[in-house]
Amino acid sequence: MTLDVASIQAQFPLLQRKINGQRLVYLDSANTSQKPRVVIDAMTNFMETSYAPINRSAYQLAAEATEAFEHARKAVRRFINAPHADDVIFTKNATEGLNLVAYSWGRANLRAGDVVVLTQMEHHANIVPWHMLAAERGIELRWVPLTNDGQLDLTNLSSLLDGAKAFAFTAMSNVLGTITPVRQLCDAAHAAGALAIVDACQYVPHNVTDVQAWDADFVAFSSHKMCGPSGIGVLWGRQALLEGMPPFLGGGNMIADVRMDGFAPAELPAKFEAGTPPITEAIGLHAAIDFLEDLGMANVRRHEMEIATYAMDTLNERYGDDICLHGPTNVEVRGATFSFGFRNIHPHDLSQVLDQRNVCLRAGHHCVKPLMRLLNVNATARASFYLYNDQHDVDALADALDGASDIFGL
Amino acid sequence: MPGLEDLYREIILDHYRTPRNRGELPPPAAHAVGHNPLCGDEIDVYLQVDGDTITDVKVGGQGCSISQSSASMMSQAVKGRSVTEVRALVRRFKGMMSIEEELPEGERAPEVEVKLGDLEALQGVVKFPVRIKCATLAWNTLIEALAEATSA
Repeated sequence: MTLDVASIQAQFPLLQRKINGQRLVYLDSANTSQKPRVVIDAMTNFMETSYAPINRSAYQLAAEATEAFEHARKAVRRFINAPHADDVIFTKNATEGLNLVAYSWGRANLRAGDVVVLTQMEHHANIVPWHMLAAERGIELRWVPLTNDGQLDLTNLSSLLDGAKAFAFTAMSNVLGTITPVRQLCDAAHAAGALAIVDACQYVPHNVTDVQAWDADFVAFSSHKMCGPSGIGVLWGRQALLEGMPPFLGGGNMIADVRMDGFAPAELPAKFEAGTPPITEAIGLHAAIDFLEDLGMANVRRHEMEIATYAMDTLNERYGDDICLHGPTNVEVRGATFSFGFRNIHPHDLSQVLDQRNVCLRAGHHCVKPLMRLLNVNATARASFYLYNDQHDVDALADALDGASDIFGL
Repeated sequence: MPGLEDLYREIILDHYRTPRNRGELPPPAAHAVGHNPLCGDEIDVYLQVDGDTITDVKVGGQGCSISQSSASMMSQAVKGRSVTEVRALVRRFKGMMSIEEELPEGERAPEVEVKLGDLEALQGVVKFPVRIKCATLAWNTLIEALAEATSA
């Protein structure tokens, strides 16, 4: 294996927990990831020694907190190779980042009849904000279809993009595990005169991310899926675009001046960070980025390709036609997230039975109901692997599936 | 941790494998669709109400063993009952699921005794709080269908 998983697991306090004397098999990292000791310690230490308001008080403590907060922004810039730290906007999560783009850029730039192109594998976070805009502005939504193996079908991409103002797409599907050709999609968007908006929430935790190599216009992701705390996310945007957009939320910190008859917004990034931001969470995200950079994101990706290969081989070998793994079979174009059906057992029942063996996975529609309808299922079970999972976890999943058949007599 | 045997009782699995009253009823039967937004499960309830009596009921849709067996047992329990009895049954069942609902102002709890019968097999669901929504999906849908049937 590329990564020393045993030593990585040892750094995650929660993964030491035993329930009913058995270890946890945490296979729900596409939902949210567990936190390493360094992240927990960084946040605790910050709150114990340096916590203070940022950007608004002159005393030393506040200056220290502000500096730590801005260091976190610089760490994000480095991690995704953004050109400027000021273009890194801290949000609540990827969902808020995508809403920010739809609300602020969308309302300033889209009129009735304008076209926004999405794909059929988008998360609700990259669908509903556009639906809301469509209801308000009468914009048209077009959808890039999927191939049978769960990749984007790009056959008619240029005609779909014809006349479009924006193309908003995922870099990695949270259901199918599919990794999309982001650079190619950005190029296609730009060739059509559209902006490229990338939902990178599932991608950033598992891959080397370079927003400049992508030539993207906006990139959104969440901290909590990449070993950082919940409550903070990132929207990176091209500077000229962010500067041209009206603010999103109004309040403290985002203004240069407020008068009785109006206001002037602050410069980037404060313009899009109204109110007290998630300060301690930014410190935690910084620690998570340091943790991931120490491991090396290329190594994380290689590890997950190994796990994905082992998972597909093991599950198909043991269960054949009784298991239906959705998404691509080629690990070059997929991550280690697997939605599956198993012997007609409803995913809820499956996850309940697996829980008896401490195998934690998600059952449901994964906030992707349009895709569920395409797959012709109401729900799937989803096992998602991360840097702290290894072959033993795949084996534990495979073993636990056996028990499910017994209960339902299938 | 409560054991799976508390949840997957034999009678539940029987109703799951062999659901009763599956199908549809044509209009003018009342029809309601219920969604569990957490998991995407859907249930259709069709009700034929003649006078004060539920003369026929059919259930459609897809879901897990708990939502499907609950729907199946519900359909058996309400068929042939009066609307008042069914409302009382809904309150009994939800009470077993630890859901106490306030009555609308001016309305009194129906003074009818109803027995849960087979439905008592579902009481183990309370030990698995995430699954309570599965068990109550059919019942919430029943209330909607009942409202449609009695408002016409």
